[in-house]
Amino acid sequence: MSQILNEMRVVLSPKSCNEAVARSVVTAFVMQMDPSVSELADIKTAVSEAVTNSIVHGYRNCTGNIELVCRILDKDMLYIKVRDKGCGIADVKQAMEPLFTTSPEEERAGLGFAVMESFMDSVSVRSAVGKGTSVVMKKRIFSTSLVRTGAAENERS
Amino acid sequence: MGVRIEKAESTVKAILWGEIDHHCAPDIRNQIDLAVDENRPENLIIDFGEVTFMDSSGIGLVMGRYQTMKGIGGKVTLENTPAHIKKVMRLAGLDRFANIM
Repeated sequence: MSQILNEMRVVLSPKSCNEAVARSVVTAFVMQMDPSVSELADIKTAVSEAVTNSIVHGYRNCTGNIELVCRILDKDMLYIKVRDKGCGIADVKQAMEPLFTTSPEEERAGLGFAVMESFMDSVSVRSAVGKGTSVVMKKRIFSTSLVRTGAAENERS
Repeated sequence: MGVRIEKAESTVKAILWGEIDHHCAPDIRNQIDLAVDENRPENLIIDFGEVTFMDSSGIGLVMGRYQTMKGIGGKVTLENTPAHIKKVMRLAGLDRFANIM
């Protein structure tokens, strides 16, 4: 079992304005890991996709809360869980296929899971129809201060 | 987040700014479509120079405008695209539909 070094839990209403709120709070939490600009952009994009999925799909016909959990595991591993108690996904494998979407009329590109998988180290999805969906994403953060320290040591040697 | 529209003879330029997500994409889409509908340009330029964040909602936005421009025989050019936004565009294969600069 990984050791949880820090944890944040945020509960959001499924309103589209909370997509930006989710990105902001995750950014605030992740800053303590000293991510690079590119790592932070990847994380924000993945979180935005997961929270948007809960709002657009999970709570399409009902309402409830979105739970956002961020953890730091073993110093440099970021863990993010986005969980809703919405309609659930009947076929997770199909839902994760690039370009698959149930709402093309809203110009949804069907790329949410593809972005999450591409920008994070791992993505796992658990879902039950009528009960909800939980997305867990992990990414190892190569702290920029460690890189800088390493570079400084190399310069000295 | 939002969009400024600049119009020239055969071109409509949509200068996007701020964060583009599912929350603001419909408003941006409506403003661009209105300008395209009024001007029927040969070229729609979408400028991403002032965009600080974009998720796949922006991909839907560009692909939708590509369809609109194709319908009137025009093309779409994407300008001043920051690196992290190019990354999302490449993942979506947008370079097959539009010139990305």
